[in-house]
Amino acid sequence: MKKRISKLSVVLISALCLSGIFTGCGVTPSTPNGTNGKLSIVGSTSVQPLAQELADAYTAKNKDVKIDVQGVGSTAGIKAINDGTCDIGTSSRELKTEEKAWKLTEHIIALDGIAVVVNPKNSVSEISKEQITKIFKGEIKNWKELGGIDKEIIVVSREAGSGTRGAFDELLKIEEKKDGKTTSYLKADALIAEGNGSVKANIASKENAIGYISLGFLDNSLKALKVDGVEATVANVKNKSYPISRPFIMLTKGEENATVKSFLEYIKGDEGQKIVSEKYISIK
Amino acid sequence: MRKVRIADSILKFLIIGSSLISIGALLWIVGYIVINGLPHITWEFISTEYKGDQTGILPMIISTAYIIGLSLLISVPIGICSAIYLVEYSKPGNLIRCIRFATESLAGIPSIIYGLFGYIFFVTALKLRMSILSGSITLSIMILPLIIRTTEEALKAVPNSYREGSFALGASKLTTITRIILPSAIQGILTAVILSVGRIVGETAALYLTAGMVTRIPDDIMSSGRSLSVHLYMLAKEGISFEQAFATATVLLIIVAVINFIANMLASRIKKATTAR
Amino acid sequence: MEKSKLKIKSWKKAKIEKVVEHMFLICALIAILSLLVIIGFIFAKGLPAILKIGIVNFIFGMEWKPSEEVFGIFPMIVASLLGTAGAVLLSTVIGVFTAIFLAEIAPNWVANIFRPGVELLAGIPSVIYGFFGLIVFVPLIDKWFGGGGNSLLAVIVILTIMVLPTIISISEMALRAVPKEYKEGSLALGATHLQTIFKVLIPAAKSGILASIVLGTGRAIGETMAVILVAGNSPILPESIFGRVRTLTSNIALEMGYAFGLHQEALFATGVVLFVFIIVLNLILNLMLYRMGEKA
Repeated sequence: MKKRISKLSVVLISALCLSGIFTGCGVTPSTPNGTNGKLSIVGSTSVQPLAQELADAYTAKNKDVKIDVQGVGSTAGIKAINDGTCDIGTSSRELKTEEKAWKLTEHIIALDGIAVVVNPKNSVSEISKEQITKIFKGEIKNWKELGGIDKEIIVVSREAGSGTRGAFDELLKIEEKKDGKTTSYLKADALIAEGNGSVKANIASKENAIGYISLGFLDNSLKALKVDGVEATVANVKNKSYPISRPFIMLTKGEENATVKSFLEYIKGDEGQKIVSEKYISIK
Repeated sequence: MRKVRIADSILKFLIIGSSLISIGALLWIVGYIVINGLPHITWEFISTEYKGDQTGILPMIISTAYIIGLSLLISVPIGICSAIYLVEYSKPGNLIRCIRFATESLAGIPSIIYGLFGYIFFVTALKLRMSILSGSITLSIMILPLIIRTTEEALKAVPNSYREGSFALGASKLTTITRIILPSAIQGILTAVILSVGRIVGETAALYLTAGMVTRIPDDIMSSGRSLSVHLYMLAKEGISFEQAFATATVLLIIVAVINFIANMLASRIKKATTAR
Repeated sequence: MEKSKLKIKSWKKAKIEKVVEHMFLICALIAILSLLVIIGFIFAKGLPAILKIGIVNFIFGMEWKPSEEVFGIFPMIVASLLGTAGAVLLSTVIGVFTAIFLAEIAPNWVANIFRPGVELLAGIPSVIYGFFGLIVFVPLIDKWFGGGGNSLLAVIVILTIMVLPTIISISEMALRAVPKEYKEGSLALGATHLQTIFKVLIPAAKSGILASIVLGTGRAIGETMAVILVAGNSPILPESIFGRVRTLTSNIALEMGYAFGLHQEALFATGVVLFVFIIVLNLILNLMLYRMGEKA
């Protein structure tokens, strides 16, 4: 009886392993250029929800194509497309000079605002660009300096490879470029959160926190501050009155295969841009 | 005498206090998660895909199964053969010491280093991309020491009289191993496999950048797939939904409990068998 | 005729035996091979980075700013060491006392319920502890002490809980393995139960308890994802136990996706440092075990 159960388990486990292999061998693995109708998109966490929506809509129409979207970070995405470990890289910031030297093809697919957010319980509703810079540099440390309660400001920023952070730090002069080197003046003890979702989760749960997220991630769990009197809305980003915004870029390297070309055309076309304009600014 | 009494009381207090803290904390965590998670584990949750508004974890379960299957396929044969060599063939010497040192060291390397290695070597350098394959090869190296060690114990536990008897009957070494020793050790080997499965299910750091985080059902081993643990990590990190997170955590707990139960049953069977002799 | 047929048969068999033996050897060598490849890779990429950055600058540098090519990991070394030390200290005290309770004081039926429970807990994925820490401990710490809650304290708390089951189960096994005669002899000599436990049983179970501490330390220093969820990840020396920290492991996980060039090599160098710590730790603890073995 014992031996029978053991033998049975051995058979079951081998079956599990073999099934894994056979499923693997059943479909021919896609070549690095995704010519089997399979696309791998790696990059920005800000672009990810939009890319996923576009991918879902596209694959609903083209049933033989499969698209994988992963949000790791803009710099990771730029690096991945350069290394050839994905088919399309996404970034939520402009490419740096050393990255431009890699001769990647840039396709701008949307414009996105960066909202400066606080916890809904925070009494502060407005802020100026200079105040934002000072807070993130650590020069303003307490909410009372902005008319709020007497509590320390908890600054939440992103990991160094984040495109949102790159755009934010550049636009708000939290970093400086000198002789090709970038110096960051971000407060040393800022809480580093990985990904837009993580920033959101942190700020929604901490009453004295401040941070920045992609406009597309804004919802009722957070309060977006008016910057220089302008509210963070899609309309205000489009008419350029809201000062903090950046492009969403899809990157390819070298010759693009048919599936990539088709997907990119879809995104830049009317249907794709209609999906874009739901939460972001279309390029049309 | 008084001093002893006071010291005794303090010690008693520490013992009871510590036990309450540890048992209490552990019960609290498991209870909190299961109570919050169980209501959200519906048949829909387990069997639907993670697309749009749907938040089913079927793709994650399938990815986890593929990763377990492939990792075991790679490391179990190699592990068993290594253990056979170490126990049945080897003579004490430098080579054995090297092999043992290698397996002990492999076991001590933190999983994030496997993840880093896997990302740079399998995903990028070998162009395997973020895929079930990259993740499985990485994990198979990670569980190899566990399989070798546990199989070794199982083989050593086979009484020498079996071997001697077999040789006396004229069987060759290979026949002895395949027909006598392995079947006797099979429960121990199964324990090794089950422990490895437990380890794989709980692994996050090594899979995060090797198998990726795609939420679709993987088409093949070259596809990226998100395992259950990685899914829980993403849910926790992004604060998407507490209900999903609790439910996923509860599913993980149930899987681990089942694995543990099976491993314990096997272990007690082995114990009974060996003491009966 | 018969004889030569038999001879060929046994010759073939012998050959197969030799081939199979070599196959087994090759499998065993694969273990060495993978270890060499991994260690080789890490050191090959990491050591040149340490030399380029300067070993003092790297290990004792206080700032980690990859965009400015400043790579100092001292704050992260401190975070890893403090987090691990705090967790191991707390969990050893709580764990050993709990093991004493389970092995010596609790009635059998209680112990028989809790032992498999503790073993189960040792196998729980660490992400679950991280998740729990994030939703329970971080807000709690924020409420009582302010600062956001993501802190060194949160790291120590979840690492302690993670390491606790390992220490409890192995220490309890070690205590139960002590020969009954020790306990009976001590009690016969008039010692109280407690005196017996602390002066006879614990010293006898030393090596098992120490082994559990080694395993626990290894688990604590290597933990990554759970720590990222609760630590705050600021690469600085914390001002207090409530300050944000970044451990060596978290640093690698946070940045390996996008690092390239010297930055990437610096991450491998961080791996080298981690590796060295673990080896040193194992050496120290094995030395202690050896010394205790000698004394006994």
